[in-house]
Amino acid sequence: MPKPVLLFGYGNLSRGDDALGPMLLEYVESHGGLDAIEILSDFQLQIEHALDLENRRLVLFVDASVACANAFDFTMLEPIRDKSYTTHAMSPAAVLDVYQSVKKQTPPPCFLLSIKAEKFELGDGLSANAETNLTKACSFAESLLSNPDLDFWLGQAKLHGNNH
Amino acid sequence: MYEHLETAENRGNLRRVAVDPVSRVEGHGKVTLLLDADNKVQQARLHIVEFRGFERFIQGRPYWELPVLVQRLCGICPVSHHLAAAKAIDQLVGIDPENLPVSADKLRRLLHFGQVLQSHALHFFHLSSPDLLFGFESDISKRSIVAVLSEYPEIGVQGVKLRKYGQEVIRMVSGKRIHGTGAIAGGMNKSLTKAERDYLLEDIDQMVTWAEGSVALIKKVHCSNLPYYDEFATIRTNYMGLTKPDGALELYHGGIRAKNANGETIIDHIDYCKYNDYIHEEVRSWTYMKFPYLLSLGQEQGWYRVGPLARVNNCDYIDTPLAEASRVEFKAHSGEAMVHSTLAFHWARLIEVLHCAESIKQLLHDPDIMGHDLVAQGEKRYEGIGVIEAPRGTLFHHYQVDENDIVTKANLIVSTTSNNMAMNESVRQVAAEYLSGRELTEPLLNNLEVAIRAYDPCLSCATHAVGKMPLQLELVDAEGKLIDKLVKHSDGQIERENA
Repeated sequence: MPKPVLLFGYGNLSRGDDALGPMLLEYVESHGGLDAIEILSDFQLQIEHALDLENRRLVLFVDASVACANAFDFTMLEPIRDKSYTTHAMSPAAVLDVYQSVKKQTPPPCFLLSIKAEKFELGDGLSANAETNLTKACSFAESLLSNPDLDFWLGQAKLHGNNH
Repeated sequence: MYEHLETAENRGNLRRVAVDPVSRVEGHGKVTLLLDADNKVQQARLHIVEFRGFERFIQGRPYWELPVLVQRLCGICPVSHHLAAAKAIDQLVGIDPENLPVSADKLRRLLHFGQVLQSHALHFFHLSSPDLLFGFESDISKRSIVAVLSEYPEIGVQGVKLRKYGQEVIRMVSGKRIHGTGAIAGGMNKSLTKAERDYLLEDIDQMVTWAEGSVALIKKVHCSNLPYYDEFATIRTNYMGLTKPDGALELYHGGIRAKNANGETIIDHIDYCKYNDYIHEEVRSWTYMKFPYLLSLGQEQGWYRVGPLARVNNCDYIDTPLAEASRVEFKAHSGEAMVHSTLAFHWARLIEVLHCAESIKQLLHDPDIMGHDLVAQGEKRYEGIGVIEAPRGTLFHHYQVDENDIVTKANLIVSTTSNNMAMNESVRQVAAEYLSGRELTEPLLNNLEVAIRAYDPCLSCATHAVGKMPLQLELVDAEGKLIDKLVKHSDGQIERENA
């Protein structure tokens, strides 16, 4: 049986700020308390990741985003049939939609923690702004993971959605 | 051929159309068309923003980091880079392929079959099947795997699960889905436990069955409209790839073989460590991407195709029974020594999926994959070359190190580079045959993308930050003024912006 909470960070560690997702995972891993949390990392989302959502109580995707309004945004995801299906890198909402198509059931509650990013050059480290954003996002993720409760996460999404 | 469309005369009187970037390929690509007043195509080019900086990224690193480091060059085929680098650094510790421990060799092959299986499954089921099942000019809302899942649910689900299975093979062999350290200099760092082997055995028969079904599906699709499939974007070319010493299909290790369009051998059983004696790369002013060619034939005649179509065309047979039967049917359908249809890449790709599934099954029943003699060591060398048949074609990694084991020189020839000239030729063929003289529409432009996608190019970027993949089409008149603009946003919304 999979662990009830899935923390899924994606990005490339060697592509500047694209490393934000995997680096947040490294932070969480180094701070322990993973009995109920499974950590998964990949370069990008693809269709088979829908199967990683099975039998979860809560799912948190973590990604770098140039579209972020703040240091980080935290939103609840709904399945969306967008055109990211047509690339090698899908959106998390599209992965949820694939879950629905494949499993014929509503996906578990899934959230996206987007961390504001700027630069993505091969071989670069994090930009200075991204480092600051990562620190804030790590603290926030810690509070989420220590309260793996849907109502708490929904409340946080209201506070930290991209409209706040 | 359509070389005359590479560079137009009287460019000032032409209007420019750009498809930027091409979707459903890895990374960013852009097609530009120069049209005259009658919408006749006068120039067609595929531009690729690609691998600049890879060599610099590698230089200065200790060699033992390479198998992990190079995985980050590409988010789509990290295992291929991992294994090509591992083969190169084997030589740096004095180990040639024939001296690799048997268990390590078989584990690497198992890892590679898993990689090719999942990569090909992704490409066919997720990226190309919508075009093939619904038509190249079908409504854009249909051209996605979700439409496949809705209308052909069994095929869609099989695609998801084949892809997942390949990823599980990678995870079991290398310890992780990504950033695994399975292959190390001179061998492997772990073998499979019985529990891991048994876990993979649970589903392998199903995978073989589904792979067999996928070959039947693509054969049916291809043969249902044979003249069209055999002519669309089709070009008569040379083909290059690795084969076993007896001429069988080979994905992990073999000699270089090249055949011409008539199936006649150009070179055979060439030690890939001498690739520089046979393959050179040409530079052209309008693109960053190089144009490799066979030295013996020269720049004009020596370009070639790599990948599934080249491999299945070039080999004498496939050493797994179901895939071999499929290969025989495949070769027979064209009535020629070589199959030149660009869309036949899909058919060849699925024959390889079947070969991978059969080979994984064979290896899972081989006790050597649970062996413990995993690493060999020899005398240090200062140069190493690793070549592998990656999903998209032949992949070269070439390194030199100094006395402190630091990489001083790196050269990579990736498969998409080898297919550069061929992709450009296919784009020109489609532009000339299907677009010229017609009003441009999104479905028509999808024809260009279909031609490019058949090669499954990995334009590599692995960066995927939200909002980074728009599709943009611009019409510019002879004075350079924007007269029309079609934008496909990353969320799939299409917007027309009239200037």
